[in-house]
Amino acid sequence: MSERLRVDRIACTGHGACADLLPEAVALDEWGYPLLAAGELPRELHRPARRAVAACPARALLLERTGVRQPLPGRLTGSTQGRSAQ
Amino acid sequence: MSAPPLTRGLLGTGDPSLAAHVAAHGPLPHGGHPTSFVGDLTGRGGAGFPTARKLHAVAEAARAAGTPAVVVGNGGEGEPAAAKDATLLARSPHLVLDGLQLAARAVGADTVVLAAAHSQLGGLDRALAERGDRGRVRLVGLPDRFLAGEETALVAAVDGGPSLPRGKVPPVWQRGVRGRPTLVQNVETLARLALLARGDDAAGHTLVTRHTAGRVDVAEVPLGARLADVLPLAPGTQAVLVGGYHGSWLPPAVAADLTLERSALASVGASLGAGVLAALPADRCGVRETASVLAYLAAQSAGQCGPCLNGLPRIAAALELLARPGPRRPGLLADLERWAGLVVGRGACTHPDGSVRLVASALRVFTPELAEHAAGRCTAAPGAPAFLPVPGGAR
Repeated sequence: MSERLRVDRIACTGHGACADLLPEAVALDEWGYPLLAAGELPRELHRPARRAVAACPARALLLERTGVRQPLPGRLTGSTQGRSAQ
Repeated sequence: MSAPPLTRGLLGTGDPSLAAHVAAHGPLPHGGHPTSFVGDLTGRGGAGFPTARKLHAVAEAARAAGTPAVVVGNGGEGEPAAAKDATLLARSPHLVLDGLQLAARAVGADTVVLAAAHSQLGGLDRALAERGDRGRVRLVGLPDRFLAGEETALVAAVDGGPSLPRGKVPPVWQRGVRGRPTLVQNVETLARLALLARGDDAAGHTLVTRHTAGRVDVAEVPLGARLADVLPLAPGTQAVLVGGYHGSWLPPAVAADLTLERSALASVGASLGAGVLAALPADRCGVRETASVLAYLAAQSAGQCGPCLNGLPRIAAALELLARPGPRRPGLLADLERWAGLVVGRGACTHPDGSVRLVASALRVFTPELAEHAAGRCTAAPGAPAFLPVPGGAR
Protein backbone atom coordinates (compact mmCIF):
# COMPACT_ATOMS: atom_id res chain seq x y z
CA MET A 1 0.00 0.00 0.00
CA SER A 2 1.39 3.42 -0.97
CA GLU A 3 1.23 6.27 1.44
CA ARG A 4 1.65 9.98 1.09
CA LEU A 5 1.94 12.85 3.54
CA ARG A 6 -0.40 15.79 3.43
CA VAL A 7 -0.55 18.94 5.53
CA ASP A 8 -3.83 20.50 6.56
CA ARG A 9 -2.63 24.05 5.90
CA ILE A 10 -5.35 25.64 7.98
CA ALA A 11 -4.71 23.45 11.03
CA CYS A 12 -0.91 23.71 10.80
CA THR A 13 0.53 26.31 13.16
CA GLY A 14 4.19 25.66 12.45
CA HIS A 15 5.29 23.78 15.58
CA GLY A 16 7.85 21.95 13.45
CA ALA A 17 7.60 18.60 15.22
CA CYS A 18 7.20 16.89 11.83
CA ALA A 19 10.58 18.13 10.58
CA ASP A 20 12.25 17.03 13.83
CA LEU A 21 10.79 13.53 13.67
CA LEU A 22 10.84 12.98 9.93
CA PRO A 23 13.69 15.03 8.45
CA GLU A 24 13.94 12.60 5.52
CA ALA A 25 10.58 13.79 4.20
CA VAL A 26 9.83 17.15 5.85
CA ALA A 27 11.82 20.39 5.90
CA LEU A 28 10.72 23.72 7.30
CA ASP A 29 10.48 26.94 5.32
CA GLU A 30 11.92 30.18 6.70
CA TRP A 31 8.71 30.81 8.65
CA GLY A 32 8.66 27.35 10.23
CA TYR A 33 6.00 25.71 8.06
CA PRO A 34 6.54 22.26 6.55
CA LEU A 35 7.74 21.57 3.03
CA LEU A 36 7.04 17.98 2.03
CA ALA A 37 9.10 15.75 -0.21
CA ALA A 38 7.11 15.14 -3.37
CA GLY A 39 5.51 11.83 -4.20
CA GLU A 40 4.95 8.63 -2.24
CA LEU A 41 6.68 7.96 1.04
CA PRO A 42 9.34 5.24 0.77
CA ARG A 43 8.27 2.14 2.68
CA GLU A 44 11.03 2.49 5.29
CA LEU A 45 9.57 5.86 6.29
CA HIS A 46 6.03 4.62 6.95
CA ARG A 47 6.72 3.88 10.62
CA PRO A 48 8.50 7.17 11.46
CA ALA A 49 5.84 9.02 9.46
CA ARG A 50 3.13 7.55 11.67
CA ARG A 51 5.06 8.71 14.73
CA ALA A 52 5.32 12.22 13.26
CA VAL A 53 1.59 12.27 12.51
CA ALA A 54 0.81 11.24 16.07
CA ALA A 55 3.19 13.85 17.46
CA CYS A 56 1.77 16.85 15.57
CA PRO A 57 0.32 19.13 18.28
CA ALA A 58 -2.11 20.65 15.77
CA ARG A 59 -3.13 17.30 14.24
CA ALA A 60 -2.29 18.90 10.91
CA LEU A 61 -0.03 16.20 9.46
CA LEU A 62 -1.94 13.50 7.63
CA LEU A 63 -0.85 10.21 6.16
CA GLU A 64 -3.04 9.19 3.27
CA ARG A 65 -3.24 5.92 1.39
CA THR A 66 -2.95 6.30 -2.33
CA GLY A 67 -3.99 3.73 -4.89
CA VAL A 68 -1.35 4.21 -7.52
CA ARG A 69 2.37 4.10 -6.96
CA GLN A 70 4.17 7.07 -8.42
CA PRO A 71 7.91 7.71 -8.81
CA LEU A 72 9.61 9.66 -6.08
CA PRO A 73 11.31 12.70 -7.57
CA GLY A 74 12.91 13.29 -4.16
CA ARG A 75 12.60 17.03 -4.52
CA LEU A 76 11.16 19.25 -1.84
CA THR A 77 8.04 20.97 -3.06
CA GLY A 78 5.34 23.04 -1.50
CA SER A 79 2.65 20.50 -1.02
CA THR A 80 1.31 17.16 -2.01
CA GLN A 81 -2.22 18.36 -1.51
CA GLY A 82 -4.55 17.33 -4.32
CA ARG A 83 -6.14 20.18 -6.19
CA SER A 84 -9.24 19.51 -8.20
CA ALA A 85 -10.56 21.78 -10.89
CA GLN A 86 -13.94 21.91 -9.24
CA MET B 1 -37.61 32.72 -42.37
CA SER B 2 -34.71 34.67 -40.93
CA ALA B 3 -32.12 33.08 -38.66
CA PRO B 4 -32.70 33.66 -34.95
CA PRO B 5 -30.28 36.03 -33.23
CA LEU B 6 -27.26 34.21 -31.79
CA THR B 7 -27.96 35.59 -28.38
CA ARG B 8 -30.31 38.17 -26.96
CA GLY B 9 -27.69 38.85 -24.37
CA LEU B 10 -27.69 38.98 -20.61
CA LEU B 11 -27.68 42.67 -19.89
CA GLY B 12 -31.19 43.49 -21.12
CA THR B 13 -32.62 46.96 -21.31
CA GLY B 14 -31.85 48.02 -17.78
CA ASP B 15 -35.42 47.31 -16.64
CA PRO B 16 -35.06 44.50 -14.09
CA SER B 17 -38.80 43.77 -13.82
CA LEU B 18 -40.39 40.39 -14.50
CA ALA B 19 -42.58 41.97 -17.19
CA ALA B 20 -39.54 43.23 -19.11
CA HIS B 21 -37.85 39.85 -18.65
CA VAL B 22 -40.81 37.90 -20.05
CA ALA B 23 -41.26 40.41 -22.88
CA ALA B 24 -37.60 39.97 -23.90
CA HIS B 25 -37.13 36.25 -23.37
CA GLY B 26 -40.54 34.63 -23.02
CA PRO B 27 -41.44 32.33 -20.13
CA LEU B 28 -39.02 29.64 -19.00
CA PRO B 29 -39.95 26.44 -20.90
CA HIS B 30 -41.34 23.82 -18.51
CA GLY B 31 -39.98 20.73 -20.21
CA GLY B 32 -36.48 19.76 -21.13
CA HIS B 33 -33.81 18.55 -18.78
CA PRO B 34 -30.88 21.00 -18.45
CA THR B 35 -28.41 18.27 -19.44
CA SER B 36 -30.07 18.26 -22.88
CA PHE B 37 -29.25 21.91 -23.61
CA VAL B 38 -26.29 22.79 -21.37
CA GLY B 39 -23.90 21.80 -24.18
CA ASP B 40 -20.35 23.04 -23.78
CA LEU B 41 -21.20 25.88 -21.41
CA THR B 42 -18.34 26.62 -19.01
CA GLY B 43 -18.40 28.28 -15.60
CA ARG B 44 -17.93 32.05 -15.58
CA GLY B 45 -16.72 32.43 -12.02
CA GLY B 46 -13.05 32.02 -12.89
CA ALA B 47 -12.23 28.32 -13.08
CA GLY B 48 -14.03 27.77 -16.39
CA PHE B 49 -15.12 24.26 -15.48
CA PRO B 50 -17.57 22.54 -17.86
CA THR B 51 -21.05 23.03 -16.41
CA ALA B 52 -22.39 19.70 -17.71
CA ARG B 53 -19.76 17.78 -15.75
CA LYS B 54 -20.45 19.74 -12.59
CA LEU B 55 -24.22 19.16 -12.85
CA HIS B 56 -23.58 15.46 -13.37
CA ALA B 57 -21.13 15.20 -10.44
CA VAL B 58 -23.53 16.86 -7.98
CA ALA B 59 -26.54 14.83 -9.18
CA GLU B 60 -24.55 11.59 -8.82
CA ALA B 61 -23.19 12.55 -5.39
CA ALA B 62 -26.72 13.32 -4.18
CA ARG B 63 -28.00 10.01 -5.51
CA ALA B 64 -25.12 8.13 -3.88
CA ALA B 65 -25.65 9.92 -0.55
CA GLY B 66 -29.41 9.42 -0.72
CA THR B 67 -30.02 13.07 0.10
CA PRO B 68 -31.28 16.03 -1.94
CA ALA B 69 -28.60 18.37 -3.26
CA VAL B 70 -28.24 22.08 -2.57
CA VAL B 71 -27.80 24.75 -5.25
CA VAL B 72 -26.00 28.00 -4.50
CA GLY B 73 -25.94 30.83 -7.02
CA ASN B 74 -22.61 32.59 -6.51
CA GLY B 75 -22.85 36.35 -6.85
CA GLY B 76 -19.88 36.88 -4.51
CA GLU B 77 -17.84 39.09 -6.78
CA GLY B 78 -15.08 40.03 -4.34
CA GLU B 79 -12.74 41.15 -7.09
CA PRO B 80 -12.60 44.98 -6.82
CA ALA B 81 -11.93 45.40 -10.54
CA ALA B 82 -14.91 43.24 -11.56
CA ALA B 83 -18.49 44.43 -11.83
CA LYS B 84 -20.01 41.96 -14.29
CA ASP B 85 -21.90 39.83 -11.78
CA ALA B 86 -23.19 42.85 -9.86
CA THR B 87 -24.31 44.44 -13.15
CA LEU B 88 -26.02 41.22 -14.23
CA LEU B 89 -27.86 40.86 -10.89
CA ALA B 90 -29.00 44.48 -11.02
CA ARG B 91 -30.15 44.43 -14.66
CA SER B 92 -31.36 40.87 -15.26
CA PRO B 93 -32.12 39.19 -11.94
CA HIS B 94 -34.82 37.01 -13.50
CA LEU B 95 -32.37 35.32 -15.86
CA VAL B 96 -30.26 34.33 -12.83
CA LEU B 97 -33.35 33.12 -10.95
CA ASP B 98 -34.48 31.11 -13.99
CA GLY B 99 -31.00 29.57 -14.10
CA LEU B 100 -31.19 28.65 -10.41
CA GLN B 101 -34.52 26.93 -11.03
CA LEU B 102 -33.00 24.94 -13.93
CA ALA B 103 -29.90 24.02 -11.93
CA ALA B 104 -32.06 22.81 -9.04
CA ARG B 105 -34.02 20.65 -11.49
CA ALA B 106 -30.79 19.27 -12.98
CA VAL B 107 -29.26 18.09 -9.70
CA GLY B 108 -32.42 17.27 -7.75
CA ALA B 109 -32.00 20.05 -5.20
CA ASP B 110 -34.59 20.87 -2.53
CA THR B 111 -32.65 23.88 -1.22
CA VAL B 112 -31.83 26.87 -3.39
CA VAL B 113 -29.68 29.78 -2.24
CA LEU B 114 -28.57 32.97 -3.95
CA ALA B 115 -25.57 34.67 -2.35
CA ALA B 116 -24.57 38.23 -3.25
CA ALA B 117 -23.36 41.48 -1.76
CA HIS B 118 -25.68 42.93 0.90
CA SER B 119 -26.34 45.96 -1.31
CA GLN B 120 -27.99 43.71 -3.92
CA LEU B 121 -30.33 41.77 -1.68
CA GLY B 122 -33.11 44.38 -1.87
CA GLY B 123 -33.39 44.18 -5.64
CA LEU B 124 -33.16 40.39 -5.58
CA ASP B 125 -35.87 40.16 -2.94
CA ARG B 126 -38.16 42.32 -5.13
CA ALA B 127 -37.47 40.02 -8.09
CA LEU B 128 -38.28 36.94 -5.98
CA ALA B 129 -41.52 38.55 -4.82
CA GLU B 130 -42.55 39.33 -8.42
CA ARG B 131 -42.32 35.68 -9.38
CA GLY B 132 -43.80 34.33 -6.15
CA ASP B 133 -40.50 32.61 -5.27
CA ARG B 134 -39.79 34.30 -1.94
CA GLY B 135 -40.13 31.06 -0.02
CA ARG B 136 -38.22 28.99 -2.57
CA VAL B 137 -34.92 30.85 -2.79
CA ARG B 138 -32.96 31.92 0.27
CA LEU B 139 -30.92 35.11 -0.11
CA VAL B 140 -27.58 35.27 1.71
CA GLY B 141 -25.58 38.51 2.04
CA LEU B 142 -21.83 38.23 1.69
CA PRO B 143 -19.13 40.37 3.30
CA ASP B 144 -17.19 42.76 1.09
CA ARG B 145 -14.07 40.57 1.00
CA PHE B 146 -11.92 39.37 -1.89
CA LEU B 147 -12.40 35.73 -0.95
CA ALA B 148 -16.17 35.91 -0.28
CA GLY B 149 -16.91 34.15 -3.57
CA GLU B 150 -14.33 31.37 -3.08
CA GLU B 151 -16.61 28.37 -3.12
CA THR B 152 -15.69 26.87 0.24
CA ALA B 153 -15.85 30.32 1.90
CA LEU B 154 -19.22 30.80 0.25
CA VAL B 155 -20.51 27.50 1.61
CA ALA B 156 -19.27 28.47 5.08
CA ALA B 157 -21.16 31.77 4.84
CA VAL B 158 -24.35 30.03 3.65
CA ASP B 159 -24.02 27.69 6.63
CA GLY B 160 -24.03 30.74 8.90
CA GLY B 161 -20.32 30.74 9.77
CA PRO B 162 -17.54 33.18 8.96
CA SER B 163 -16.75 33.55 5.27
CA LEU B 164 -13.43 31.64 5.27
CA PRO B 165 -12.04 29.04 2.85
CA ARG B 166 -11.93 25.58 4.36
CA GLY B 167 -9.79 23.61 1.90
CA LYS B 168 -10.77 21.58 -1.13
CA VAL B 169 -11.08 18.20 0.61
CA PRO B 170 -13.80 17.01 0.59
CA PRO B 171 -15.04 19.01 -2.42
CA VAL B 172 -18.30 20.94 -2.03
CA TRP B 173 -19.95 18.87 -4.77
CA GLN B 174 -19.66 15.98 -2.30
CA ARG B 175 -20.01 17.79 1.02
CA GLY B 176 -21.08 21.41 0.88
CA VAL B 177 -23.95 23.28 2.53
CA ARG B 178 -25.03 21.37 5.68
CA GLY B 179 -22.74 18.55 4.56
CA ARG B 180 -24.85 17.85 1.49
CA PRO B 181 -23.73 17.62 -2.16
CA THR B 182 -23.77 21.23 -3.33
CA LEU B 183 -23.70 22.87 -6.73
CA VAL B 184 -21.98 26.25 -6.52
CA GLN B 185 -22.48 28.06 -9.79
CA ASN B 186 -21.54 31.60 -10.76
CA VAL B 187 -24.56 33.83 -11.50
CA GLU B 188 -23.48 34.53 -15.08
CA THR B 189 -23.28 30.79 -15.75
CA LEU B 190 -26.83 30.45 -14.39
CA ALA B 191 -28.12 33.27 -16.58
CA ARG B 192 -26.52 31.65 -19.63
CA LEU B 193 -28.24 28.38 -18.70
CA ALA B 194 -31.57 30.26 -18.66
CA LEU B 195 -30.98 31.50 -22.22
CA LEU B 196 -29.82 28.07 -23.41
CA ALA B 197 -33.11 26.63 -22.13
CA ARG B 198 -34.86 28.97 -24.57
CA GLY B 199 -32.78 27.83 -27.53
CA ASP B 200 -30.55 30.90 -27.45
CA ASP B 201 -26.88 30.18 -28.17
CA ALA B 202 -25.68 31.96 -25.04
CA ALA B 203 -22.65 29.76 -24.38
CA GLY B 204 -20.55 31.57 -26.97
CA HIS B 205 -20.53 34.92 -25.21
CA THR B 206 -19.11 36.18 -21.97
CA LEU B 207 -19.35 39.23 -19.74
CA VAL B 208 -16.26 41.32 -19.16
CA THR B 209 -15.47 44.39 -17.06
CA ARG B 210 -13.35 46.78 -19.11
CA HIS B 211 -10.99 49.37 -17.68
CA THR B 212 -9.46 52.04 -19.89
CA ALA B 213 -8.26 55.55 -19.07
CA GLY B 214 -11.19 57.30 -17.43
CA ARG B 215 -13.75 54.59 -18.16
CA VAL B 216 -15.03 51.38 -16.59
CA ASP B 217 -17.91 49.42 -18.10
CA VAL B 218 -19.37 45.94 -18.43
CA ALA B 219 -19.89 44.45 -21.88
CA GLU B 220 -21.04 41.16 -23.36
CA VAL B 221 -18.55 39.95 -25.96
CA PRO B 222 -18.22 36.86 -28.14
CA LEU B 223 -15.73 34.26 -26.96
CA GLY B 224 -13.07 34.07 -29.65
CA ALA B 225 -13.17 37.82 -30.34
CA ARG B 226 -9.84 39.61 -30.69
CA LEU B 227 -8.95 41.28 -27.42
CA ALA B 228 -8.08 44.47 -29.30
CA ASP B 229 -11.63 44.53 -30.74
CA VAL B 230 -13.13 44.23 -27.27
CA LEU B 231 -10.82 46.49 -25.31
CA PRO B 232 -9.70 49.76 -26.94
CA LEU B 233 -5.90 49.89 -26.71
CA ALA B 234 -5.06 53.58 -26.85
CA PRO B 235 -1.65 54.58 -28.21
CA GLY B 236 0.94 54.21 -25.47
CA THR B 237 -0.96 51.49 -23.60
CA GLN B 238 1.75 49.91 -21.47
CA ALA B 239 0.22 46.55 -20.63
CA VAL B 240 -3.10 44.74 -20.40
CA LEU B 241 -4.31 43.05 -17.25
CA VAL B 242 -6.30 39.94 -18.12
CA GLY B 243 -8.42 38.10 -15.55
CA GLY B 244 -8.25 40.42 -12.56
CA TYR B 245 -6.11 40.55 -9.43
CA HIS B 246 -5.36 36.83 -9.69
CA GLY B 247 -4.65 37.33 -13.37
CA SER B 248 -1.71 38.32 -15.56
CA TRP B 249 -0.24 41.44 -17.10
CA LEU B 250 0.49 41.01 -20.79
CA PRO B 251 2.62 43.24 -23.04
CA PRO B 252 0.39 45.25 -25.42
CA ALA B 253 1.83 43.53 -28.51
CA VAL B 254 0.91 40.12 -27.10
CA ALA B 255 -2.52 41.28 -25.91
CA ALA B 256 -3.48 42.94 -29.18
CA ASP B 257 -3.27 39.72 -31.20
CA LEU B 258 -4.87 37.55 -28.56
CA THR B 259 -8.30 35.98 -28.95
CA LEU B 260 -10.55 35.66 -25.90
CA GLU B 261 -10.63 31.94 -25.92
CA ARG B 262 -9.41 29.53 -23.30
CA SER B 263 -6.54 27.83 -25.11
CA ALA B 264 -5.27 31.03 -26.74
CA LEU B 265 -5.22 32.75 -23.35
CA ALA B 266 -3.57 29.73 -21.73
CA SER B 267 -0.80 29.80 -24.35
CA VAL B 268 0.34 33.15 -22.95
CA GLY B 269 -0.21 32.14 -19.33
CA ALA B 270 -3.51 33.99 -18.95
CA SER B 271 -7.15 33.15 -18.35
CA LEU B 272 -10.33 35.18 -18.40
CA GLY B 273 -10.69 34.57 -14.66
CA ALA B 274 -13.13 37.07 -13.18
CA GLY B 275 -13.64 38.63 -16.62
CA VAL B 276 -11.50 41.72 -16.05
CA LEU B 277 -9.71 43.42 -18.96
CA ALA B 278 -7.70 46.54 -18.14
CA ALA B 279 -5.51 48.61 -20.45
CA LEU B 280 -2.85 50.39 -18.40
CA PRO B 281 -2.62 53.95 -19.79
CA ALA B 282 0.65 55.54 -20.85
CA ASP B 283 0.90 57.87 -17.85
CA ARG B 284 0.71 55.23 -15.06
CA CYS B 285 3.29 52.94 -13.52
CA GLY B 286 2.61 49.20 -13.72
CA VAL B 287 4.90 48.44 -10.79
CA ARG B 288 3.09 50.98 -8.61
CA GLU B 289 -0.30 49.56 -9.65
CA THR B 290 0.82 46.01 -8.87
CA ALA B 291 2.27 47.05 -5.51
CA SER B 292 -1.06 48.65 -4.53
CA VAL B 293 -2.98 45.54 -5.58
CA LEU B 294 -0.59 43.26 -3.67
CA ALA B 295 -0.95 45.33 -0.51
CA TYR B 296 -4.69 44.79 -0.85
CA LEU B 297 -4.38 41.06 -1.62
CA ALA B 298 -2.05 40.51 1.34
CA ALA B 299 -4.57 42.23 3.61
CA GLN B 300 -7.34 40.06 2.15
CA SER B 301 -5.61 36.80 3.05
CA ALA B 302 -7.89 34.83 5.33
CA GLY B 303 -4.79 34.44 7.52
CA GLN B 304 -5.41 30.76 8.08
CA CYS B 305 -2.44 29.21 6.30
CA GLY B 306 1.13 29.96 7.43
CA PRO B 307 2.78 30.41 4.03
CA CYS B 308 0.10 32.87 2.82
CA LEU B 309 -0.03 34.70 6.16
CA ASN B 310 3.77 35.12 6.21
CA GLY B 311 4.54 35.28 2.53
CA LEU B 312 2.02 37.71 1.04
CA PRO B 313 2.88 40.66 3.33
CA ARG B 314 6.58 40.18 2.57
CA ILE B 315 5.88 39.96 -1.15
CA ALA B 316 3.71 43.08 -0.95
CA ALA B 317 6.43 44.95 0.97
CA ALA B 318 9.06 43.97 -1.60
CA LEU B 319 6.83 45.27 -4.39
CA GLU B 320 6.27 48.52 -2.48
CA LEU B 321 10.05 48.97 -2.34
CA LEU B 322 10.37 48.18 -6.07
CA ALA B 323 7.63 50.73 -6.81
CA ARG B 324 9.72 53.52 -5.25
CA PRO B 325 12.35 54.99 -7.57
CA GLY B 326 15.82 54.80 -6.09
CA PRO B 327 18.57 52.38 -5.21
CA ARG B 328 17.27 49.03 -4.03
CA ARG B 329 18.63 46.73 -1.41
CA PRO B 330 20.79 43.98 -2.92
CA GLY B 331 18.97 40.66 -2.87
CA LEU B 332 15.48 42.18 -2.86
CA LEU B 333 14.48 40.54 -6.16
CA ALA B 334 15.98 37.22 -5.08
CA ASP B 335 13.99 37.40 -1.82
CA LEU B 336 10.84 38.22 -3.75
CA GLU B 337 11.29 35.24 -6.04
CA ARG B 338 12.01 32.90 -3.12
CA TRP B 339 8.93 34.05 -1.18
CA ALA B 340 6.79 33.68 -4.29
CA GLY B 341 8.02 30.08 -4.65
CA LEU B 342 7.26 29.38 -1.00
CA VAL B 343 3.58 30.33 -1.13
CA VAL B 344 2.53 28.57 -4.35
CA GLY B 345 0.48 25.43 -3.77
CA ARG B 346 0.66 25.82 0.01
CA GLY B 347 -2.70 27.32 0.84
CA ALA B 348 -6.11 25.80 1.50
CA CYS B 349 -7.32 28.00 -1.36
CA THR B 350 -5.54 29.46 -4.38
CA HIS B 351 -5.24 33.01 -3.04
CA PRO B 352 -1.44 32.79 -2.72
CA ASP B 353 -1.10 31.14 -6.14
CA GLY B 354 -3.21 33.78 -7.87
CA SER B 355 -1.46 36.65 -6.10
CA VAL B 356 1.95 35.33 -7.13
CA ARG B 357 0.78 34.86 -10.72
CA LEU B 358 0.09 38.59 -10.88
CA VAL B 359 3.49 39.44 -9.37
CA ALA B 360 5.38 37.14 -11.73
CA SER B 361 3.65 38.66 -14.75
CA ALA B 362 4.43 42.19 -13.49
CA LEU B 363 8.12 41.37 -13.09
CA ARG B 364 8.18 40.04 -16.68
CA VAL B 365 6.18 42.80 -18.34
CA PHE B 366 7.48 45.78 -16.38
CA THR B 367 11.18 44.90 -16.57
CA PRO B 368 12.02 48.22 -18.31
CA GLU B 369 10.12 50.20 -15.66
CA LEU B 370 11.94 48.30 -12.89
CA ALA B 371 15.23 49.33 -14.48
CA GLU B 372 14.04 52.95 -14.54
CA HIS B 373 13.15 52.73 -10.86
CA ALA B 374 16.55 51.27 -10.01
CA ALA B 375 18.06 54.31 -11.76
CA GLY B 376 15.91 56.62 -9.64
CA ARG B 377 13.22 57.42 -12.22
CA CYS B 378 9.57 56.53 -12.77
CA THR B 379 7.93 57.00 -16.17
CA ALA B 380 4.46 57.68 -14.74
CA ALA B 381 3.11 61.21 -14.65
CA PRO B 382 3.80 62.67 -11.19
CA GLY B 383 0.71 62.53 -9.00
CA ALA B 384 -1.29 60.39 -11.46
CA PRO B 385 -4.18 58.76 -9.61
CA ALA B 386 -4.37 54.99 -9.16
CA PHE B 387 -5.69 53.18 -12.21
CA LEU B 388 -6.81 49.88 -10.71
CA PRO B 389 -9.42 50.15 -7.96
CA VAL B 390 -8.16 49.13 -4.53
CA PRO B 391 -10.61 49.33 -1.60
CA GLY B 392 -9.26 51.44 1.19
CA GLY B 393 -7.04 53.26 -1.29
CA ALA B 394 -3.83 51.43 -0.34
CA ARG B 395 -1.21 53.58 -2.01
